[in-house]
Amino acid sequence: MLDLAWLILLFPILGVLINGFIGNRIGKKQVGRVACGAVGLSFLVGVAVFAALLGQEHGHTVTLFSWIAVGDFRIEAALLVDQLSTLMTLVVTGVGFLIHVYSIGYMAEDERYARFFTLLNLFVFSMLILVLADNFLLLYVGWELVGLCSYLLIGFWFERPAAAEAGKKAFLVTRVGDFGFALGVLLIFVTFGTLSYAQVFEQAPQILTAGLATAITLLLFAGAVGKSAQIPLYVWLPDAMEGPTPVSALIHAATMVTAGVYMVARTHVLFELAPASMMVVAVIGAVTAFYAATIALVQNDIKRVLAYSTISQLGYMFLAVGVGAYAAGMFHLTTHAFFKALLFLAAGSVMHGLAGELDMRRMGGLRDKMRTTYRTFLAGAAALAGFPLLSGFFSKDEILWRAFNSSIILWLIGLVTAFLTAFYAFRAVFLTFWGPSRVDDGVHIHESPRIMTTPLTILAVLAIVGGLIGIPHLSAIEGFLEPVFASHEAAHASGVLEWVLMALSAIIAIAAIILAQYMYLVNPGLPGRLSERYASLYKLLANKYYVDEIYLAVIVNPLRNFAGFLSQTFDAGVIDGAVNGLAAFFGRTGAETRKLQTGYVRNYSLAIVLGAVILIGYVILK
Amino acid sequence: MIPSSYYLALSAIIFVIGVVGVLVRRNAIVILMCIEMMMGAAGLAFVTFSRYLNSLDGQLAVFLVMAVAAAEVAVGLGIILAVFRHKETTDVDEVNLLKW
Repeated sequence: MLDLAWLILLFPILGVLINGFIGNRIGKKQVGRVACGAVGLSFLVGVAVFAALLGQEHGHTVTLFSWIAVGDFRIEAALLVDQLSTLMTLVVTGVGFLIHVYSIGYMAEDERYARFFTLLNLFVFSMLILVLADNFLLLYVGWELVGLCSYLLIGFWFERPAAAEAGKKAFLVTRVGDFGFALGVLLIFVTFGTLSYAQVFEQAPQILTAGLATAITLLLFAGAVGKSAQIPLYVWLPDAMEGPTPVSALIHAATMVTAGVYMVARTHVLFELAPASMMVVAVIGAVTAFYAATIALVQNDIKRVLAYSTISQLGYMFLAVGVGAYAAGMFHLTTHAFFKALLFLAAGSVMHGLAGELDMRRMGGLRDKMRTTYRTFLAGAAALAGFPLLSGFFSKDEILWRAFNSSIILWLIGLVTAFLTAFYAFRAVFLTFWGPSRVDDGVHIHESPRIMTTPLTILAVLAIVGGLIGIPHLSAIEGFLEPVFASHEAAHASGVLEWVLMALSAIIAIAAIILAQYMYLVNPGLPGRLSERYASLYKLLANKYYVDEIYLAVIVNPLRNFAGFLSQTFDAGVIDGAVNGLAAFFGRTGAETRKLQTGYVRNYSLAIVLGAVILIGYVILK
Repeated sequence: MIPSSYYLALSAIIFVIGVVGVLVRRNAIVILMCIEMMMGAAGLAFVTFSRYLNSLDGQLAVFLVMAVAAAEVAVGLGIILAVFRHKETTDVDEVNLLKW
């Protein structure tokens, strides 16, 4: 069965070809079927692979063909099917399938329907390449392809300037990180002479010095920082919300943005050799988690709350892999894919029911009018908040526990962030679904069609029970991933302390929910008064710490001015000047020398005579 | 027996007269005649060397020079005639359209 893993890649690319070439002719219904069918079949193959992999000790390499062969240097287009990549495959295709189904309803009215599904399938294909790659080069190919798909899908409604700008911003900002990533891959090649995971990881302990390992891992991590929207390259993700909501759910919540976490987990052998890099990963993760959560507190756009929440949760994952808890990081990645995709899709359903409204100040009271959306959103928000026994609770708690064992400060940051998370999650719930209705008159509020609510329901179930795969001490996911992370997972130092901490985070989550209820339901005037009282702090948060403005002033504008100087002054003056100057020089020379052509015959004959005299004189006097 | 150098000196004198004539005269017919003189000078040099070297090659070349000269006069006079019909002059300084 494992040899058939290439089928996982085949179906999405077939979907791309069919929808891309004849999508406009076969009608919307068929387009939707093809796209969903492709991802669904991939998922089924993934499940079969997963089943075949159970109980196996080692991963399996499926070589498709020899891609590059120069002398001794070979790069195979090969898939590495092991526990880690299979888990990612299941997340990508499983959550991806549900989002595809949802999109059939969400995008039903769009005129570029076939284009949308083509790109969505292309994204799934690219992400699967990234996940299943067996060497760094193929990983890089997938890495760039998902970036391209992200760009195309953020700017899907490119007639809106904001969407086109957002797509460009996402592409350029991640480009900065990707450059570091490319350098890291090159450094690996220079150091090891090979790019295959197996060979690199095998030789790493002998070849790598601490400095070299730190350099390689930090460069790789730079790519992760860009792709997974961590400080300081997170600025593209909130803007990426300009894309269609299913895109936000699939790419900017569940899958692509987690590629960085996956990459760090995949190359954990290298990171283990560079404790300094591990520290950097953990600290950036923790700081990002806290930082983004504070911004999410005051956002009024429901999708932006979720976007900052995604950045924050990705920070948790990096915190986990940074302290060496790879399985915990992958566990949170999985549960986050469930509940964050759910939250985005539910938010999309709200938009759908409110004619595109995104501002939570103009929602409220939707609880009774959109029952399914409300229930599923509540399930997602509770899971995000870490409500006891839901999926987010187990995964976040696992991360906090491992962070606690590593550093009290990191744990404390994580704990405070957990409080903020629960608060903003339920702030969104209360503002959107509870309280009096603040919806504009004339908007016909309606529940979304079945094709949209069914995926929501399935995801809600997953968000609720998904945590059961990672219950402490009985963790199925940790056991499953053990062959990949073997000997790197420190043994659980269990004890009373762990349960105390777990209870503490449960209390914190519930306290935050109660506080949110008090502020937004019991005493709705309070947030306004608070924001007036602490006006400067509120303004700082509402303006996202002015980071966009700072980047604009410090990086974007100087670069833009420099480019303007190059194009206006340097290009026109120096480059064009050289070309035009050369032409003018020959023009003037010609204008002068042509005066020799007098038209008088005797001048010409004099020249002939002089020439003859000189030639003969030369011959005689030589 | 007159030495060869006398003939050669005469040939050179005639040739230089021809060259100077071409350079300083303006009448196209005079210029043509000067060219004929240069040809004649060349012919004289050929015959001189033919006698000096006891070879007939030089005399052969003279026949060639005379033929060329005849042909050249025919063409040259034809051109001068055509120009005269057009511009009513044989002054080469007035025929200077082909210039910058």
